[in-house]
Amino acid sequence: MPKLTVNGREIEVPAGITVLQACELAGAEIPRFCYHERLSIAGNCRMCLVEMERAPKPIASCAMPVADGMVINTDTEKVKKARNGVMEFLLINHPLDCPICDQGGECDLQDQSMAYGYDRSRFHENKRAVTEKYMGPLIKTIMTRCIQCTRCVRFATEIAGVEDLGLVNRGEHAEITTLEKAIDSELSGNLVDVCPVGALTSAPYAFAARPWELKKTPSIDVMDAVGSNIRVDARGRQVMRVLPRLHEDVNEEWIHDKTRHACDGLARQRLDKPYVRGLDGKLRPARWEEAFEAIAQRLEGADPKRVAAIAGDLCDAESMVALKDFLGGLGSPNLDCRQDGAKVGDGPRFSYLFNTTIAGIEQADAVLIVGANPRHEAALVNARLRKRFLASGLPVGVVGEPVDLTFETRHLGNDPKALAELAEGRGAFAEILEKAEKPMLILGSGAVARPDGAAVHALCLKIAERYGLVGEAAPEGWNGFNLLQRAASRVGGLDLGFLPGPGGLDTAGILAAASKGEMDLVWLLGADELDMAQLGSAFVVYQGHHGDAGAHRADVILPGAAYTEKNATYVNTEGRVQLGRLAVFPPGEAREDWTILRALSERVGARLPYDNLGDLRRRLIETAPGFARLDQVAAAPWEPLPDSAGTELSSAPFTLPIDNFYMTDPISRASATMAKCAEAFVLPKQAATGTEG
Amino acid sequence: MLQDKDRVFLNLWGQDDWRLEGARRRGVWDNTKDLVALGREKIVEIIKESELRGRGGAGFPAGIKWSFMPKQIDPARPHLLVINADESEPGSCKDREILRNDPHLLLEGCLVAGFAMGAHTTYIYIRGEYWEPLQRLEAAIVEAREAGLLGKNAAGSGWDFDIHVSRGAGAYICGEETALMESLEGKKGQPRLKPPFPAGVGVWGLPTTVTNVETIAVAPTILRRGADWWKALGRPKNTGTKIFSLSGHVNKPCNVEEEMGIPLRELIDRHAGGVRGGWENLQAVIPGGSSVPCLPKDICSEVLMDFDSLREVKSGLGTAAVIVIDKSADIVEAICRFSHFYMHESCGQCTPCREGTGWMYRVMTRMVQGRASIEEIDMLLDVSYQVEGHTICALGDAAAWPVQGLIRHFRPEMERRILDYRKQASAAVAAE
Repeated sequence: MPKLTVNGREIEVPAGITVLQACELAGAEIPRFCYHERLSIAGNCRMCLVEMERAPKPIASCAMPVADGMVINTDTEKVKKARNGVMEFLLINHPLDCPICDQGGECDLQDQSMAYGYDRSRFHENKRAVTEKYMGPLIKTIMTRCIQCTRCVRFATEIAGVEDLGLVNRGEHAEITTLEKAIDSELSGNLVDVCPVGALTSAPYAFAARPWELKKTPSIDVMDAVGSNIRVDARGRQVMRVLPRLHEDVNEEWIHDKTRHACDGLARQRLDKPYVRGLDGKLRPARWEEAFEAIAQRLEGADPKRVAAIAGDLCDAESMVALKDFLGGLGSPNLDCRQDGAKVGDGPRFSYLFNTTIAGIEQADAVLIVGANPRHEAALVNARLRKRFLASGLPVGVVGEPVDLTFETRHLGNDPKALAELAEGRGAFAEILEKAEKPMLILGSGAVARPDGAAVHALCLKIAERYGLVGEAAPEGWNGFNLLQRAASRVGGLDLGFLPGPGGLDTAGILAAASKGEMDLVWLLGADELDMAQLGSAFVVYQGHHGDAGAHRADVILPGAAYTEKNATYVNTEGRVQLGRLAVFPPGEAREDWTILRALSERVGARLPYDNLGDLRRRLIETAPGFARLDQVAAAPWEPLPDSAGTELSSAPFTLPIDNFYMTDPISRASATMAKCAEAFVLPKQAATGTEG
Repeated sequence: MLQDKDRVFLNLWGQDDWRLEGARRRGVWDNTKDLVALGREKIVEIIKESELRGRGGAGFPAGIKWSFMPKQIDPARPHLLVINADESEPGSCKDREILRNDPHLLLEGCLVAGFAMGAHTTYIYIRGEYWEPLQRLEAAIVEAREAGLLGKNAAGSGWDFDIHVSRGAGAYICGEETALMESLEGKKGQPRLKPPFPAGVGVWGLPTTVTNVETIAVAPTILRRGADWWKALGRPKNTGTKIFSLSGHVNKPCNVEEEMGIPLRELIDRHAGGVRGGWENLQAVIPGGSSVPCLPKDICSEVLMDFDSLREVKSGLGTAAVIVIDKSADIVEAICRFSHFYMHESCGQCTPCREGTGWMYRVMTRMVQGRASIEEIDMLLDVSYQVEGHTICALGDAAAWPVQGLIRHFRPEMERRILDYRKQASAAVAAE
């Protein structure tokens, strides 16, 4: 541990850090623009200059590794002069258009110029102007504001893995450009965050609000099962934008574009009052009492075996436990939270979790991906894989559709045959897995939703056992078997046991029964990804927040709250329990989902035993004790599974569950921004494959 | 004055054959294997003892630089020697003459220096505009290979050694050692941050030393004749001989090898035929290429041409490219032209240089006309200090120094222009 002196204070710091970090540890603030903890060091803004004893010139502290006995001064006249000088240079060609700049109020340049800038300009020449660049539908550019820190270039090439950005020309003509190409990365929205000035701003949010007008609520994202930590910025009753929140073990400080930009979908296609389908077959607005009455009539005297519930992808644990209890009160065993028909969930907990954990990826030394495109199903898991790949050259084998994951992969085959070969120890990748100390397997949620999903799952477990991903052969504390969920509600639902009870039907069974007319009432809790035609003549209650497929088919619509409108618990693919918080109230007459169920239960005479969120959460913890441990991943121990006899592997190639990353759920389908993204990024590729018809 | 017996560059003016045969006649490649036989440490020691300073401009002691290379050679990380022949400093043309008239001198130096650094490979990064020197250099390399002086067991020394030539594409910044390394790797020529220093992590991450052509070319002669001979020439800490490039308003512009520490006036009068119109017609001299501050006549009359003497008068030896400016020239416009050059050649990577060079140039254009205020002279000086020492590479310093030199020595001239311009402007208003 090197010892150095910062401003006369001796401090011991970890070896290998930079002088800038050491100064921060010593409590000396260092201004900076180009330096970013998660990007490579450029050292080009020169804002972080400090004085080092025996160095003739001030040094760039961001680029200087600490050494024993260094004497650093950050508060001398020389340092002050250097910083003021750099700040003046940055500002001479900066337009100073803060009043009309969307970065205003949260701009590094603005903030630091308050501390290090002069109060007037000595620059009497003409300012430089730079033409705007096209970067796609999400990023607005005002390149005259750019200070050439190259954070965006480094983010795109290092984290996002797309070489779409670069610095061209030299001297004062140097400019960032994309060569008129939209930045084709799910992580592109983060460019706006890394830009320290207003050169790259959010296009959908342009001129929409000022940061000081916004109410900021920390919450959890539901656009995939990663559970990215987010901050919801709302003005009045409208969510204006979503920003990432730091969580080292989950999303670091990034979020993907759907998380960030689908929020305009929260203001469209909303269900803001109950509806009941009239005798003319048309949905008409109704009062809550009417809607409850219609449901109660159906339930009265109904055979509980002919009542079923399916929970969708965005549901919170509270509403699911309430619905589970509600069905329990009715005596129905037909419930399922796997609307995609996945064949896992009833086994031990480890069999449906991402056991390695997202942070654990950074220890892996070989990865096998089965039937998944992590780039679309969990963009931040993919970012971690890329991070690990860049750090160690991680070998990645892919079984399934070959996709560009932004890093090098080895394609091992399209169908389960390739898996069977691996399970027998054949193939070049078998050797890699054999040698690896901490290998991991990522099984896609699409692969286990196939008709032979159970067999695929079993085969992957066999591979995990064979190569020491799990069990005694694995290093202490290592579990390399991972199921990559893509629905925010899934793990929570499975943990709660939102699954068919004894003799109950699963999703496929419910749909089959309904299509044969053997279902009286089907309750869809935000379930939209079903083939609604199969519901036949069943009476369908749709409880949710968007007018999507489910609401279209429903006989009664109960307007619920979206994820930004309720205090709710979600469990991510790792099994991490996190709390989402209410940022705005639900629109119109919509209510938090569990309260709807609680009210209805009283009406049908099967009153749920909780009157407030506290009681409900106690019930939640009673149902699944894991819910008591917030933001922790309790290791789900591996145990050998009995041979799943009877299921045959099919030879059909794996297909990917997501073909349009930007539209996967009711919120993103309602978002105009996501529609623009799909138009810019997805449609051209589909056209190129000739499948556009 | 340097005696003929002490000359290193015997064919500087190209009067003799530049090919291998001619070079051998002049003593190049004479028993090179004996020099190699001295051993790595001994060679570095002799160079250190000779107090040879790098000829690329900064004047860093060559022996010390060579000794930075790792002592042990890791087979996975071969050492590299890179010759900086990207001579782009305005005013400087010494390396060009070595390359075209005595390329073997350089090649022999590469072998000896490369061996001393443990390098089996040398890259010569040559300025793209140097077409004839390139042709001759490449021909010389072919000759040397055919004669067994390069390649396996080069010159019978037991050391495998080869040389590759890479051409620049016209960017001044690629003469900066780390930008040169980037360019050599095929990337955009932008200086790297130091640390890590090239001797640790250089081209393609391998231990690298980048050295000027002249430094390497004199090394074999020093080894042959001994450090004492070299030290006897010049002045303490500023030893040996140096090629001076004399240009501008002199009667006979030339390259000439002279002893370090020769008085500037003697250098100009003896070798360049004197200042055009006589010494009294001298306005200023830029003693070391465009990057160093200019000196007015009274200093020029006294100053000695070596690193330390010129530093004392707040200028520098640089590449010893002496640019003579007589009284017919507009000194402010001359420096303004330099400012334009540095603005044009700034790589744009770091803030002070990217923004400051353009600012200085624009103020300078107004200073040429006098369309400024007196206070702006101090502001310009302040801006130049804000650039100097705050950049990644030395281009920022190089851009600032000429302006600082101008203001230091010619402020009255600048003030006169401003007052004249004002007088004219008010006269024009009065006439209307």
